[in-house]
Amino acid sequence: MAMYSDVVMDHFTNPRNVGEIEDADGVGEVGNPTCGDMMTFYIKVKDGRLEDVKFKTFGCGAAIAVSSMVSEMAKGKTLEEAMKIGREDVAQELGGLPKQKMHCSNLGADALHKAIEDYLSRQGGKE
Amino acid sequence: MAQVYLDNYAATPIIPEAREAMLPFLESEFGNPSSLHSWGDRAREAVEEARSRVASLINAEPEEIIFTSNGSEANNLAVKGLAGALKKRGEHVVVSAVEHFSVLNPVKTLEKSGFEVTVVPVDPYGTVDLQALEEALRKDTVLVSVMAANGEIGTVEPLAEAASLAAERGIAFHTDAVAAAAFVDIDVKETGITALSLASDLLYGPKGAGALFLRKGTRILPQVEGGVQEGGRRSGTENVPSIVGMGVAAELAASLREERSGRLSAMRDQLIRRMLEEVPHIRLTGHPTERLPWNASFVVDFIEGESMLLFLDQRGIAVSSGSACTSRALKRSHVLDACGVPVESTQGSILFSFGLENRPEDVDAVMEALPPIVERLRQMSPLYAKFLREGGA
Repeated sequence: MAMYSDVVMDHFTNPRNVGEIEDADGVGEVGNPTCGDMMTFYIKVKDGRLEDVKFKTFGCGAAIAVSSMVSEMAKGKTLEEAMKIGREDVAQELGGLPKQKMHCSNLGADALHKAIEDYLSRQGGKE
Repeated sequence: MAQVYLDNYAATPIIPEAREAMLPFLESEFGNPSSLHSWGDRAREAVEEARSRVASLINAEPEEIIFTSNGSEANNLAVKGLAGALKKRGEHVVVSAVEHFSVLNPVKTLEKSGFEVTVVPVDPYGTVDLQALEEALRKDTVLVSVMAANGEIGTVEPLAEAASLAAERGIAFHTDAVAAAAFVDIDVKETGITALSLASDLLYGPKGAGALFLRKGTRILPQVEGGVQEGGRRSGTENVPSIVGMGVAAELAASLREERSGRLSAMRDQLIRRMLEEVPHIRLTGHPTERLPWNASFVVDFIEGESMLLFLDQRGIAVSSGSACTSRALKRSHVLDACGVPVESTQGSILFSFGLENRPEDVDAVMEALPPIVERLRQMSPLYAKFLREGGA
């Protein structure tokens, strides 16, 4: 479909890192079915790095591709690096997104950040 | 790969008879129907022949047909033109909640210019509530617009009843018959309809032509002003090739209605039956029996329409969806909303619209492709995971 770039279609067709992590160190959820897109990110942290990232997404082609791309960009990064991944970076890596998809569908980075914040707050609780 | 086109509500292939009839008017017969020489005569005769054919489809008189560029323009002309002409008698307009945007948006414009608007609700099947319609009619009501059938969910509306409620009170009644006209037999003389909109492409003619039936003696304010084409009610040089094609398509729509209805509704029923049997957690939208022969529309829970559409496209199957993500305005379907379909379910809207070129095997192709796509998207969906965790089956 010409609306989306080849990279978007690739990530939509073969999304990377789909799933849940049973014993996740952090979970982040954004969106709701009313607005059309909903993403849940699960992270596993080891030595300050994202050892594993998985997601589940309800939404359009862009939402699924964004989630997949975010998971791939985040994996192996330090928490600090991962927190710096922004919506624009994701869209750029995907070869651009249609204008109308830049907001509601491009929430993957937010979900990832929420998962990291969840991890950090859990760590805080332990101390 | 299979090529299965099931988006005939968006666009239809032109029937060969219409295409053939159009060809001379794309070539040597390029004359302007307003010209006085023989080139003009031939173009004018062709337009007038098409006018008669379109009139016959709905039992109208040829002079009651105004050609437009498409169905949206016909709806705009009807709503703004009739309300505008009747403004002195009253400033209240009544429409149903499931009208096309080309009725609803002109009505919003009327509202800005001082009209009051009552939107009549529909039941869960999308059928207009006739009692609510009757109660909405007031002394200052000048126009009622209720569509003949809704293309998005397929529901055929109680047109005759709605029209007579208006006619009994001397209120102008317009119906958008764009989605219905090829399959629903409408007699404008019998029903007392004031105005009726048609589109060529939904009759399997070319794009670029539409028509408004306007009962003899009804005043209307033109929306495109200029020369005196179409009796001064719609100015602009006629799109002769498309109008000619529309005429042929209208004639065939009338003569082949029954045969086409039987063929399409058999495929529709087979798809509906198999979808409901083979795909869990889905619902048919629209009326189960009072339904356009070509429309099979559903909402699929826990997943989103555009994703289904894209995966089906990769399998060579073309469909559409009323989900928010699919619409450029990012708004979910107002039709499903009016039917009371829950917000999260409207996101999983999927519409199959059959056309004349579909074959029964196309249903098999859909039923082979779609269930694994639904399953795959559900495996990805946090909503489905939640549903399973909460003990759903």
